[in-house]
Amino acid sequence: MKTLKYIFAILILSISFVSCSDDDENTPVEVNPVEGLTMIYEIPAADHTVQIYSEKQSLEVGYNEISFRIKDLASNEYVTNAAPSWTPMMHMETMEHSAPHSMLSNSEESTVYKGYIVFQMASNSTEYWELMLNYNLKGQAVEEAVMVTVVQPADGMKKTQVFMGSDDTRYILAYVNPKDPKVAINDLQAVLYKMENMMSFPMVENYKITVDPRMPGMGNHSSPNNVDMTYNSSTKMYNGKLSLTMTGYWKINLKLMNQSGEVLKGEDVTELNPESSLYFELEF
Amino acid sequence: MKLSISVFPLSEIRMGCFLGAMLCGILTSHLYAQEIPGDSLKLIQLNEVIVISAGKQLDHQKQRKPLSTLDEFLESSLSVNMVKRGAYAWEPTMNDMASERLAVTIDGMQIFGACTDKMDPITSYVDVSNLSEAEIGSGQQGAMFGNTIGGGINLKLDKSNFKPTGWTGSLESAYETNNKMRVFGGELNYSEEKFYLNTDAIYRKADNYYAGGDKEVLFSQFEKYNFSINSGYKLAEDKSVSATLIYDEANDVGYPALTMDVSLARAVIGSVSFNQDTLFGSLTNWESKLYYNDIKHTMDDTKRPDVPIHMDMPGWSETAGFYTQANFNKEKNHFFFKLDGYYNRSYAEMTMYPVDSNEPLMFMLTWPDVHTKDVGFYGEDHIPLEKASLKLSTRLAYHSNTVADDFGLNSLKIFYPEMEKTNTRFLKSFSTKYHKMLNGFHLNGGISYGERAPSVSEGYGFYLFNSFDNHDYIGDPELNTERSADANLSVTYKKPTFEITAGANYFHIFNYIIGVVDPSLSTMTIGADGVKIYTNLDYAQLFNASLSGKYNISNAFKLSGSVSYHRGIDNDGENLPLISPLSYRSALDFYKNQYSASLSVNGAGEQVNYNPSYGETKTAAYATLSASFGKRFFIKDNDLFVKTGIENILDTYYSSYTDWNNIPRMGRNFYLTISYSIN
Repeated sequence: MKTLKYIFAILILSISFVSCSDDDENTPVEVNPVEGLTMIYEIPAADHTVQIYSEKQSLEVGYNEISFRIKDLASNEYVTNAAPSWTPMMHMETMEHSAPHSMLSNSEESTVYKGYIVFQMASNSTEYWELMLNYNLKGQAVEEAVMVTVVQPADGMKKTQVFMGSDDTRYILAYVNPKDPKVAINDLQAVLYKMENMMSFPMVENYKITVDPRMPGMGNHSSPNNVDMTYNSSTKMYNGKLSLTMTGYWKINLKLMNQSGEVLKGEDVTELNPESSLYFELEF
Repeated sequence: MKLSISVFPLSEIRMGCFLGAMLCGILTSHLYAQEIPGDSLKLIQLNEVIVISAGKQLDHQKQRKPLSTLDEFLESSLSVNMVKRGAYAWEPTMNDMASERLAVTIDGMQIFGACTDKMDPITSYVDVSNLSEAEIGSGQQGAMFGNTIGGGINLKLDKSNFKPTGWTGSLESAYETNNKMRVFGGELNYSEEKFYLNTDAIYRKADNYYAGGDKEVLFSQFEKYNFSINSGYKLAEDKSVSATLIYDEANDVGYPALTMDVSLARAVIGSVSFNQDTLFGSLTNWESKLYYNDIKHTMDDTKRPDVPIHMDMPGWSETAGFYTQANFNKEKNHFFFKLDGYYNRSYAEMTMYPVDSNEPLMFMLTWPDVHTKDVGFYGEDHIPLEKASLKLSTRLAYHSNTVADDFGLNSLKIFYPEMEKTNTRFLKSFSTKYHKMLNGFHLNGGISYGERAPSVSEGYGFYLFNSFDNHDYIGDPELNTERSADANLSVTYKKPTFEITAGANYFHIFNYIIGVVDPSLSTMTIGADGVKIYTNLDYAQLFNASLSGKYNISNAFKLSGSVSYHRGIDNDGENLPLISPLSYRSALDFYKNQYSASLSVNGAGEQVNYNPSYGETKTAAYATLSASFGKRFFIKDNDLFVKTGIENILDTYYSSYTDWNNIPRMGRNFYLTISYSIN
């Protein structure tokens, strides 16, 4: 009987222990809305500041996801109704132009306005990028501008192509995903814009981009079950599949085709033609 | 796990008569007849025992070359052929079927090689010094050792088994001129009625060998050593425990037929067992064993000139298992039951170093940490009839494979997006064998059915390069179970002075697994011709036939000879690869007054049925001549045995159908073996 009592005691203790841990799980955890992001710029203003975040340490040529928050210094709260818009501007010595960019949205996190910009070139000592922000604060339209530095990607991989298609249109194609490629079938994503003029870069819809990954270091080894990228109207991006059979340096050979199947840029990879003129590079 | 092996106390002891018990009392007496190795060709024997024990004076006169490698011993068997990728680690084949269709065990223990390119058949992890014999069962007669199609080979360890011999020991050495192979070995044993301890060690080192015409075969060197300890202790008159530990390591092994060599092939093999004479009153010879083995294999291309890309390819294979078995006699029925199981982990990776050193390393998992679980039941019943006997046997097994590594699973999903992580099968085997004696004629006939699961490479291999057909191979986790129906028949006519046997067998194998080219896939290996996927053919057919004879000219002279024919085709009538052409062997042996001598000829006809799409070329006919001479001396109570011989006397330049990429075989070779036994 004595043993039985102990067993009961242990049982009761363990039940109460289990219930405690249940309580813990139910406690809501404070989520940091900019978790994992780096604040790369902070623009001070009279009664508020604008904080600009990126996943990377600095803005790079190509596709950049950018988030920003507006902090009201009076209330110490982040603004949720700023309805912002933005325009990136490249100031070159003889001319200036914008860059393809998305709209801004705070649908994921009400305090964080999120979008992306595809920078076509790096800035240097005489040519610089400026990011213009327009937003509402306490019923007032505010405009702020910040000079930003755009560098070539640290790994030196070409993930953005600016080219003239055979239809005499200038296109900008930028790699989006996978950010962290794996030996697997990866979800491949890219964005495609055309350049109407210096300031207008509309998104190109319903074209097709063929995918042929190759390893030049392994006799141009390729992989099976890749899926060509097609336009997805909900993500507003080109989605496909990218099979990578091993780690290392891969060249993703691409071909851009319009709705009627005409090739605008890129060539098939053959024995005689080891690479396409339109490609992405990646290393992992 | 590795630690637990290395700290195995040496005093742990092990029980011996595993296969003795298996054979004793349940199989027909003709199975005891030990075949003299090398006296006839690859016959269609149902069961066979090859005597190996190098240090035992008992068998010396029967062996033409006592300290040859285990590979050479197996090659000398009636039913085993060896596929050669160099001078070392030959791969046994039976009935023209290789590793994946055979069950090869060491003292009943399942062991799986760690090399994705079959450079380490498990026969390479033991040596003649610690073996007493190899037991061979053709077709489903090998099912006692595991799931098989082609047959089973069990390498039985050499143990004193409580014989009251006291201290014994021996020293052995051998030298071969062709590849300057040096062999040094020794053993020290103590055995009494309650306890025994066997220890042995052997070291072999060989340089490149020279083919006929003095042509050096580069990268054919090897170096290997092997230690083993067996010990047993009697707990009571009818109970004993025993233990075994084997350590085997080979370094600097060249594979002239392949594009890379091996810097390390290492095995640690251990077991403990318990033996009891009876169980529950009616079961006898109860034996149970727990075992574990760990294999590491590292390929090395750093010594090769002009490799397009340097690669590291290490592999690991770890197996833990058990079996428990007993006999049961009821009236005329002699039953044998065995319950066995194992758990294996196979993992292999490949790292390639790009020519442009700024690029990152290229890494893939070639075996994605495949966990194999197998639990089986084997039962047989041997029924003696009037001047005849009948044997029925079955194996039923549960077999599952799981891809444990996510990196590997995702890699394979590139090819098989829908594949499951785990694949489970139920494997069945049934066999009947009938033996009838009729006025000096022995008739043996049997029919059987067996199944096997795909091997790790066939199921899960990822870009495994096969230099034979110059293709990359990719496994298919969704392969069907391979199923075989076979029939065999042999007739022996026996008189005191001569014996003649004719035998044949036929295998009809459904879902035959072989690599089939997928032209849509791109090669990985630089210079490869294409990619093959392991695929189930509808069926394949294999036929083997042989005729052999022995004639005792006098008490001292014995003549033997045999000829065999093999054929293998797929469901389109295309030739299967690695099928022997017509081959023959003949020998004249002399033994009298402790002198022994032999003269033998081996040869094969032109390989008419070959298949270029598997990388085969027509192998020309050849014949080689060999001779040996031995003398046994008694020095007080001790025993000195000297044997010398010449192989390939005419220095013929040749290669056989088993030679990977037609690498030439060894040219003329003189050997000298000296063993000294202290009794």
